[in-house]
Amino acid sequence: MAATLLFVAIVVGLFLQLVHGSWESLTTFGPGFIWSSAWNPVTNKFGALPFIFGTVVSSAIAIVVASVVGIAAAVFLAEFAPPFIARPISFLIELLAAVPSVVFGLWGLFVLAPVLARSVDPFLAHTLGFLPLFSGPIYGVGLLTAGLLLALMIVPTVAAITRDLILAVPNELREASISLGATRWETTMRVVVPAARAGIMGACVLALGRALGETIAATMVIGNRPAISASLFAPSYTLSSVIANEFTEATSSLYISALLELGLILFVISVIVNGSARLLMFSMLRRERPR
Amino acid sequence: MQAAIPVKNAAPAGGEVVLSARSVSAWYGPKLAIRDVSMDFKRNSITALMGPSGCGKTTFLRCLNRIHESALGTRASGEVLLDGADIYSRGADPIVTRRRIGMVFQRPNPFPTMSIINNVVAGPRYTGITRDPLELSEIAEQALRRAALFDEVKDKLKAPAASLSGGQQQRLCIARALAVKPEVLLMDEPTSALDPLSTLKIEELMQDLAVDFTVVIVTHNLQQAARVSQFAAFMLGDEDRVGALVEFAPTERIFTHPQDPRTEDYITGRLG
Amino acid sequence: MIAGARLEPGRRYRGLAGVLVTGFCSALAAGLLIVLLGYVIAQGWTAINPSFLTQLPRPVGVTGGGVANGIVGSVIIVGIATLMAMPIGILTGLYLAVYGRGFAAEFIRFLAEVLSGLPSIAIGLFAYTLFVQPFGHFSGFSAAFAFTVLMLPLMVRTSEEAIRGVPIAVREGALALGLPDYGGVLHVVLPAARPLIVTGLLLAIARVTGETAPLLFTAFGSQFWEANPGAPMAELSLQIFTYAISPYDDWHRQAWGGALLLIAAVLVLNIGARLALSRGSKRR
Repeated sequence: MAATLLFVAIVVGLFLQLVHGSWESLTTFGPGFIWSSAWNPVTNKFGALPFIFGTVVSSAIAIVVASVVGIAAAVFLAEFAPPFIARPISFLIELLAAVPSVVFGLWGLFVLAPVLARSVDPFLAHTLGFLPLFSGPIYGVGLLTAGLLLALMIVPTVAAITRDLILAVPNELREASISLGATRWETTMRVVVPAARAGIMGACVLALGRALGETIAATMVIGNRPAISASLFAPSYTLSSVIANEFTEATSSLYISALLELGLILFVISVIVNGSARLLMFSMLRRERPR
Repeated sequence: MQAAIPVKNAAPAGGEVVLSARSVSAWYGPKLAIRDVSMDFKRNSITALMGPSGCGKTTFLRCLNRIHESALGTRASGEVLLDGADIYSRGADPIVTRRRIGMVFQRPNPFPTMSIINNVVAGPRYTGITRDPLELSEIAEQALRRAALFDEVKDKLKAPAASLSGGQQQRLCIARALAVKPEVLLMDEPTSALDPLSTLKIEELMQDLAVDFTVVIVTHNLQQAARVSQFAAFMLGDEDRVGALVEFAPTERIFTHPQDPRTEDYITGRLG
Repeated sequence: MIAGARLEPGRRYRGLAGVLVTGFCSALAAGLLIVLLGYVIAQGWTAINPSFLTQLPRPVGVTGGGVANGIVGSVIIVGIATLMAMPIGILTGLYLAVYGRGFAAEFIRFLAEVLSGLPSIAIGLFAYTLFVQPFGHFSGFSAAFAFTVLMLPLMVRTSEEAIRGVPIAVREGALALGLPDYGGVLHVVLPAARPLIVTGLLLAIARVTGETAPLLFTAFGSQFWEANPGAPMAELSLQIFTYAISPYDDWHRQAWGGALLLIAAVLVLNIGARLALSRGSKRR
C-alpha cells in the first residue's frame, strides 16, 4: 500500500515539478512561447516553434517509413513466412528494439549520415530537386537522416505489435474469405488487416510517441540548429535534443525555466499521443470479445 | 427394424452426379485424419454427413473445396471430381475451384469491418468477378433474397454486419457464399451455434436452396439429418482416430434399414 | 471445364508481388540489425583491450585510456535504481493484482501507462529538479532516481500480470492451510510468480542500461574514479555519447568499443529475460 502511494506520488510529482520549474517561463512568455521562433539566451528571448517543428517533422518521416515497413514485415511474418523463416526474423526484429539509442545514434552519425550524404541525398536532389523538400545544400545530418534513423528505431514496435494483432485475427475469417475464392493475398489485405485495423493504428501511434520523445539518437544526427527550413536536408533541432544539449550550459534561471517548459510541452504531447494509442487499442480489444 | 426418427425426404431416383469423391485421405501433419472416403453427390440433392465428433466428417467436407490444405502442414490425397474433372489435378487451381464450391461455417463469421452489403459482395468484388456498383448491388439483392434475409435487412444494408442476430449473421454468410454463384454449397454444422428458431429457418432455407444447388451438410444432429437430407453418410473413427466411411445411402434407408450394425448402434443412440 | 480454369494472371501476380514486397520489408528490418550489429562488432573489437577495460579516460589529445570508471558507474547507478524500483514496482503490481478493481486501481494503471510513454529526458528533468537543483550539484543518485522512475511502469505491469497468472486455486490452497493472507502471498504466490517477475526486472534493467538522455543533467559524467553516489559520476552510455560527438578519432574508436560493451550487456539481459520466461512457462 505504501509502495503504491509512493508510485502515485512519483508520477503526479513529476508533472507538478515540471509545471513548477517552468513557471517563470510560463508567466514571462505566456502561450506565445509555443509559436515564437526566437531562441536567444543572450537577450533572454525564448520560443519553442523551431523545436516543435523539428520534432514533428522528424517524427512524421519516421512514422511514415516505419509504419509502411513495419506493417509489411508483420504481414509477411504472420501470414506468409513459414515458421523456420518467421521465427528467426521475428527474433531479430525484437532484438532491434533492445539496441540502446546511443548505439543507434553512433551508427547514424558515422554510417547512415555519410551514406545518405554521399548517395541517397544527391540522388533525391537530382530527381526530386524541383520540390523544396529536396533542395538546398546537403549536410548529411539533418531532418531526413534523423527521420530515417528514428524510423529504424521504431520499426520493431510497429512490426511486433502488428504481427501479434494479425495472428490474433480469428482463423474463421480467413477461411470465410478463402472459401469465396479469394487468394491468400486478397484475404490478407481485404479481410485480415482490416479486422486488426484499429489496433494497428494504435501500434503506429504508440511508435510515434517513441519517436517524438527520442533524445540521444536524434540529437546525434539532426544537426542541432534552431531553424525552420522547407528542405529535409537541412539541419534542425528537436524539443528533447535542445534540452539535452543546452540544459547543463543554461545560466539564467529564465533560460532553465524555458528549457523546462520545452520538457513540459514534450510531456503533454506524449501523454496525448500515448493516450490516443491506448484508446485505439482498447476499442479494438473490446470489439473482439464475443457478444 | 423401425427407426424412431421420421425421415422427410425421399431420395430422388436417378439424378446426375455433380461431385464425386474418390478415396480421399487427409492428414494433419503426420497424423492421418480420414482414410479412403468415397462418395457421390447428386445434383440438387442434400447429403448429410453424420458421425460422432472426431470421425473426420468436417475434415472430409473441407477436402471437397480444398480448404483443408489452407492450414499449415495439412495434406490430402485422392480425387474429387467436379462435373467430371478432378479438382486435385495438377492443372486445377484451388482458388478457382472454391468459387464453384461455396462453404458455410460452424459459427457465423461475417467480416467484422464490413457492412452487411459489403459482406455479401465481398466475393464478387474482391475476386474480380465485377466491380461495377450497380451490378454488385443487384448481385447482393439476389443473394440476400435467396438467403431469405433481404426483407429483414433491406433498410440497413450499410449497417455493420455485427449488428445482426446470430441467425441473421448465418444467413448473411449463406448469402455471401451464394453471391459467388457456386454450384455446390458445403455447410459445416451451420446451425450448431444457433437457437432452435434460427435453426428452423436455416433448415427451411436449405430445402429451398436445393432447388438450385447441390448441398452437402455436416451435422451431429440426427434429427436434422433426417429432416433435411435425401442422402446420408455415416462416418466413424477407429481406435487411432482415423475416420472412415461406414455407410452411405438414401437417408430413408439409413434410418430404417441400416446395413452396418455400427450405423444401427449410432442412430438408435447406442453409440456416440 | 474446371481442370483447365486458371486463376487470372493479374490476381496471381498481385499476390506474388505482395509476398515479395512484404518479405523484402522483413528482410530489410532484420538485415539492418545485422548490419548495425556487424558494424558495432567490427569497429568496437579493435578498441577493446585490457587498458580500455581497466583504465581511466585520458585527457583530450592523449591517446589511450579506457572507460573503466564508466563501467563501474553504470553498475552502481543501475544497481541502486534496481534496488529502489524492485520493492515499489513489485508491491504496486501485487496491490493491483490482489485489489485490482475500482477507481484507485484503474487510476494507478493509467499512471503506469502515462509513465511508460514519457520521454526519458522529461524524467531526467524531474530528477534534476528534485535532486540536483536543491543540492546544487550533479550526482549519481539523481541518475539512479531517474532510472528508478523509468523502470517502474514495466515492473508494475509485469509484476501484476505475473501475480495474476498464479491460479486462484494456489492462493486458496495456502489460505486453506491456515496461512494468513500475507503469508500466502509471501510463501506461495510470489514464488510461483517469480520467473515472470524476474523477466520483467531483467527487461527493465536492460531498458535503463541503454538509456542516456536523463544522465546528461543528473550523473553528468566524470573523468575520475567515483564510487560515491552523492557526487557526479561517469556512466558508460554517457561516455559513448560524449566521445561520439567529439572531434577526436581516438575517442570515436573508444565510442565504438563502449557501444560494443553496452550492446553486449543489453542483449545478454534480453536473452536472459527470455530464458527466465521460458523456464517459468515450463514450470507452470
